[in-house]
Parts: sequence; structure tokens; C-alpha cells
Amino acid sequence: MFAYLVRRLFLMLVTLFGISIVIFLLLRIVPGNIVDILFAAAGYVDPADKANLEKELGIDQPLVVQYWHWISGFLRGDFGYSYVSEKPALQEILPRIPITARLAGLALLFSASIGIPLGVISAVKQGTRLDYALRVVSLSGLSLPSFWLGLLILTASVAMFNQMPIFNPNPATWLEAFATYAVPAAAVGFRSAALTMRITRSSMLEVLRQDYIRTARAKGASEAAVNYRHALKNAILPVITVIGIEAAFLIGGLIVTETVFNIPGVARFLVEAIRWRDYPIVQNLVMLMAVVVVSANFIVDMLYAVFDPRIRYTD
Amino acid sequence: MRSVWALAAMAALSVLTASTITLAGEPKQGGVLRMYHRDSPGNASIHEGATYSLNVPFMPIFNNLVIYKQDEAQNRMDNIIPELAESWAWVNDNKTLTFKLRQGVKWHDGKPFTSADVKCTFDLLMGKSQQKFRQNPRKSWYNEVNEISTNGDLEVSFNMKRPQPSLLALLASGYTPVYPCHVSPGDMRTHPIGTGPFKFVGFKANESIKLTRNTDYWRKGRPYLDGIEFTIIPNRSTAILAFVAGKFDMTFPTEVSIPLLKDVKTQAPNAVCVVEPNNVATNIIVNSSAPPFDNVDIRRAMAMALDRKSFISIMFEGQGDVGGTMLPPPQGLWGMPKEMLESIPGYGPDINANREEAKKLMQKAGYGPDKHLSVKVSTRNIPVYRDPAVILIDQLKSIYIDGELDVVETANWFPKVARKDYMLGLNLTGNAVDDPDQSFYENYSCGSERNYTNYCNKEIEKLFDVQSQETDVERRKKLVWDIDKKLQEDVARPIIFHARTGTCWQPYVKGVTVMSNSSYNGYRYEDVWMDK
Repeated sequence: MFAYLVRRLFLMLVTLFGISIVIFLLLRIVPGNIVDILFAAAGYVDPADKANLEKELGIDQPLVVQYWHWISGFLRGDFGYSYVSEKPALQEILPRIPITARLAGLALLFSASIGIPLGVISAVKQGTRLDYALRVVSLSGLSLPSFWLGLLILTASVAMFNQMPIFNPNPATWLEAFATYAVPAAAVGFRSAALTMRITRSSMLEVLRQDYIRTARAKGASEAAVNYRHALKNAILPVITVIGIEAAFLIGGLIVTETVFNIPGVARFLVEAIRWRDYPIVQNLVMLMAVVVVSANFIVDMLYAVFDPRIRYTD
Repeated sequence: MRSVWALAAMAALSVLTASTITLAGEPKQGGVLRMYHRDSPGNASIHEGATYSLNVPFMPIFNNLVIYKQDEAQNRMDNIIPELAESWAWVNDNKTLTFKLRQGVKWHDGKPFTSADVKCTFDLLMGKSQQKFRQNPRKSWYNEVNEISTNGDLEVSFNMKRPQPSLLALLASGYTPVYPCHVSPGDMRTHPIGTGPFKFVGFKANESIKLTRNTDYWRKGRPYLDGIEFTIIPNRSTAILAFVAGKFDMTFPTEVSIPLLKDVKTQAPNAVCVVEPNNVATNIIVNSSAPPFDNVDIRRAMAMALDRKSFISIMFEGQGDVGGTMLPPPQGLWGMPKEMLESIPGYGPDINANREEAKKLMQKAGYGPDKHLSVKVSTRNIPVYRDPAVILIDQLKSIYIDGELDVVETANWFPKVARKDYMLGLNLTGNAVDDPDQSFYENYSCGSERNYTNYCNKEIEKLFDVQSQETDVERRKKLVWDIDKKLQEDVARPIIFHARTGTCWQPYVKGVTVMSNSSYNGYRYEDVWMDK
């Protein structure tokens, strides 16, 4: 077990090292840096001023030196300063994480709480009008881009209620706080709910044809018990896998939703930082995400090993 | 007798009505003005930026020595008023501009304002102090200033190499606040300290900028507002919808396009909207140092093929202006009169005739229906650049030029232009001040950093200096017209159009004036109040 743990830990560190190199190099491959952008915004190019600024920010140094400064700082917990705001990068990143986490959590909740029951209903009522209607809803969820849906929600809110559900940084009540996140979460979670519904439906249909379902019915179990206790329990595994994958993909949808609903979360912030080539923000933020994902994988691997002894010997 | 009573009653009623009207129009103290901001400015230091994204939120923090009157739409020499200065005088054959400074003014941190602060600011701008700005985009404004001298705490003089009457106009711009000596340029980027009507509270990148009333402001009774809050909303649709829903008291100034303005007026019919030129000229930059545009005939043909009115009707539903380098009248002070403008090749009203002439020039250069010239039209990947570039490509087809759109990310645009890695480019040039010195020296002077095309004509350069020193406005105007005409004939940087944009506010917002010949100078907001 110890050798397995060491091997996994070593692999994790190698993966993180590789990721850090990729993040670092990808950012430098993108044409232009913060100095180019600052001078582009100012509409002039003064080579001397440019060189001074590059020197001040340390981006005139060889790539190896720049990499070492960054990665050694990251390991010490020193994330450096944002090139744009000139504030500590950690101070810029940390307050935004809970906002996005809340939004993502609510979107996933929306996706599961809508997608799974509707998927079950659609499967149970296969071939009926209700099934067709739900399939149309799910198809529309997969086809509608979230930015369009977001704008549609905003336009409808203004036209019908003269209300604008954009981010409120200081909600007065719990309900107001919930409303701040609920509408954008629904906009971003709709696509995910549609996917969840489709997967649930097809997985349920497969399970409902199994012999043990027929046996349960023959034993006189109620339809609800057959569908929810016997079928769904076994059909849910691929659904959970998909929800897990969706959670990772959600960040892409959140960028758009955070922009449309003007939510100051980490996803929009990351895009802005990339636009400004704000290396300390982008590198550290992406690296933090990588650490979280790789660590989660490491923990899952460890749990596999705990629950399935074969893994320790075969891997 | 009855009629006397009736008359008296009517008189009393009219006095009452008049006083009620006066009371309704009387500015009220209080309220926080909520406005959306179109993007997140890179920092908070006006001197280190060149976008009005910085001026709008941070100009209320500062004062200049002098400023354009904030309640008049047109910036003119005769409506420049003292601000931190109490008075000024040109002495020494117009080679010294001396300011008497206001007494008792304090910085927001409580320290006294003195002439040393003025000297520090302009020494920094001229690159003469030990501390440096990270960026100094308007250094060239002070090329003719020899040095700044002080006489006690309340007098400061700008000693010039030669007379330059327009220096006062440059000093009146929103781009020319006085900075405190005791705060470093770095700190001014993150936490600006000024003497202005509002104090800086906080700036969260991509989120908000907050200002609060300066209770110790030297102008007693001002500002009326308790504060100003800018919410940064880069998505234009979201921002406009939020304004329509009443989340904001005002749109970001001069940011509402003409088509969007119609939406606003439909959905919020009570909103007050004003459309004005923003003194930003859409123009073509030509790389005349390499073929094929090293051939003056091709450059001229291209300029003659332009149908400027089509650009304006497609992009602004007819609300734009055709002109030369300087903003056309009546809003512009220095633009050529219509007759003079139409005498320039390519500006005549008969587009077909212009294009026939252009075709002849192209044929002279070896191109024709069977041999088209292929060019890349480079531009920034932003709609205000990209959209006119597409129309330009379409128009160039009429004279055997096949254009291909080459969109360039902002980060690479100026480096690309600077290294002359383009054939034809579509560019936007904003003028902070409606004054020929700012425009001519910045954009057309040999060796200027903003002269992207490297246009250099020593004869015209001499004329720049002549007009710059001319103190008689009418004589200067004629000189400026001649220069502008020559610049257009030389195809130095063909101007396509001058844009107009809108600003809207809720009906209870009072005292807003949108400047009509610059979008950089009207954001002190000390006279703005809310009637609610």
C-alpha cells in the first residue's frame, strides 16, 4: 500500500510539474504581453518606456528565470502581484472563488434536480406525448447557447416585470441572495439539466428492460418502487459520472453566464486576466484549479485502493 | 373692484407658480449617482492612460489649474475657467504663462495644495523628475515648455520655448489634473488622491469604482451628490437593459450607439438622451513606405473611392459628420467650411464621378478590370474598427482593389502598426482637445510616436508651428484649414467620418452636460444633482 501511495504521489507531482510548464508556455505563446496591451490602450509605442516597464515587471528575463520565480513563489504561497491592479494576486483571486463556487453548485443542483426526475418520467412514459414534449425540452436545452438564454431571461425580466436580475453584491435578505444566484444558475444549468435528462432516460430505458425489473413487477412491487427503488438506483451510475464531467465543463458556461449577468466570479476574472496577459493571475489561478483536480483524482485513486484491493497489486 | 381682486389673485398665483418652478429647479443635495462603466480601466491614474474609460470615473477626484466650463457643451478658449488657479496671465511676449493659485485648498488626505504640486505634476509629465510614470502618453503636449518655475506657494509659471496659446486648452482638458507631490505615481495608480469634489473610496477590477463626496471641497456647496458608483458591465446588452430597468441613473457617457439609442427610447421613453460628436475620427492608415501604396496615385485613388455618407448611414443611421482632420463645424471649432471641404478630391458630392477619376488613377498605375490589386485591410478586432473596415473593403472593390480583412487582437495592433507590418489599416483617432496643436503634432508631425504612417512633410511641419504661435483666432483658423486641406490632399491619413454617439440619463438626473467636441473633458460631476 505504501509503495502504491508513493508511486501515486510521485505521479501526481510529475503531472503538476507538467501542467505548470504547459500553463507557463501557453501564456507566452499567445502573442503580446501586458506591456504591449498597456501601450496599445495608450495608443503609442515608446521603446524606452516599454523596456522600462518590461524590466519592472520582470518579463524581460529569460523564460527559465521567469518560470523559476513563479513556481518557487507558488510553492511558498507567494502568488506575486497582479500586473493590472498591482494588488497581491491572492487578494484578487480568493474573494472571487466562493462566488463562482456558489453559482456552480447551484447550477449542478438545478441540473440534477430537474434532469433526473424528468429523465425518469420520460423513460417511464416512453412513446407518449409527455415523453415527446420532454425530449423537445431536452433538445432545446442542448441547442440553446447559454449566453442567448441568459440575455433572453434578462430581456423578459425587464419587459415583463421591469426587474433586472443582475448580481447584487450586498443582498439584504437570504431570499435576495438566493435570487442573485438562482436565475444565472438556471441559465447555465439548463443545458446541463437537458444532458442529465437524456442520460437518465437512456440509462433508465436500458435498466427497465432487465430481468430483475420484470421479476420485481411479477412479485407485485408498485410501479413507483420498481422505477425509483430498483431501476433508478442502478441507472444512476452513468448519470453521476456525467454530472461529474459536467462540473468540470461548467467553467466554460460560467464565463458566459458571469459576463451576461455581470457576476464578479472567478471565471470572468480569468478571461479578463487572459485578455490583459496578467501572468500572475492566470498562472496561479489555473495552477490552483489543476492542484484541486489532480488532488481530487489522487484521493479517488487512494479510495479505489482502499475499497478494491486488486488495484494495489495490478497498478 | 371685482376685477382688481381678480387681477391681484392672478398676480399672487403667478408669483406662487414662479416660485414653485424655481424651487423645482433648485439643485438638491444628496443621493448617489449610479452609472455603469463599459470596461475595467487598467488603473486609476489619468496621466498614465489614454482612454476616457479612465477620465469618466476618476476625473471627479481631481482639479486642473483651469478647466472647460462644465455646463457648456462646446469646449472653447473663451469658456476656460480657473479651477486650482484663481487667474492667469500671458507675459514675456506670450512666452510665459503665469498662474495665481487658489489659497486654502487641501488634498483629500488633508495636506495643503501648493505650487510645488503643480511643478511636480508637470515635471513628471515632461520626464524631468526622478520619479517616472509607467506610461506617459501625453508627454509631447509639453514639448514647447522649457521649465516650470514657482514663486512662493501660490504662483507658478510655465516658461515656454516659444508662444503657444493652445497650452491653455491642453491644461483645461480632463487629461490634465494636478497630482500631489507627496503621493508616488505607483500609489496614484491604485489609490488616487486629489483635491476634487469626490474622494476615492475603492476600485475593484471588473466590479466597481466608488467615489464619495469631499465634504472639505474648496468650492462651497459643491458637489451636490453624496457619491458616485460605477458598476463595471462590459456586456453592452446587459448594461442597457439594466439602465432601462432603472438599476442605473445614467449610461456610460457617449457609449450608446445610435441603433441602441432607439431601443432605449422605446423601452424607457422618459429617459433623456443626447447625441453628440465625440471627436473620434475613423480613418485609414496607409503604409506608404512599401508597394503598392508607395505609389501616390494608388493612395489618391483609394481616398477618392470613399463614399463617406454610406459609412454614416450604414453605421449611424445618418448621424455622423464628414470632415477633415479637425472636427467639422458647428460643434468643431477648427473644421473646414463645407465649400472648402468639397473642393478636396474625393470629398465632392458626385461619388460616381470621384470613382471614375479614381479608376483612371488605378489604370495609370497598371490596374484595371482584368488586373485587380489585392490588399490586406488590417484592423483591431473590435466592432467599431471591424465594421467600417468591412464597408471599406466593399467600396474599394469599385476601383479594382480586392481587400481581405485582417483582424488583429488589440495586444498586437500597435506593435504591428509600429513595425509597418500592414498595407492598409482602419484606425480610430480620438482627440482629447478640439485644438489643432494636439491633433497635428500628435498625428502628423515627423517622428511623433502616434504618427503611425510616418507621414513627414517638412513644409507642413513649418505651417504647424506658424499656426501654433498665432494668437489671432480667425487668422489661425484660416491657417488650420489650409493645413487640413493639404493633409487630405496628401492622403496622409484619409479621414472617413467623425462619429456621433449617445448618452442617456433618467429624468430626475439634472445638471449633466455632454461635451460636443470632445469626450474627455466633461466629467467633474460637481454640478450634477438628483431631483428625487
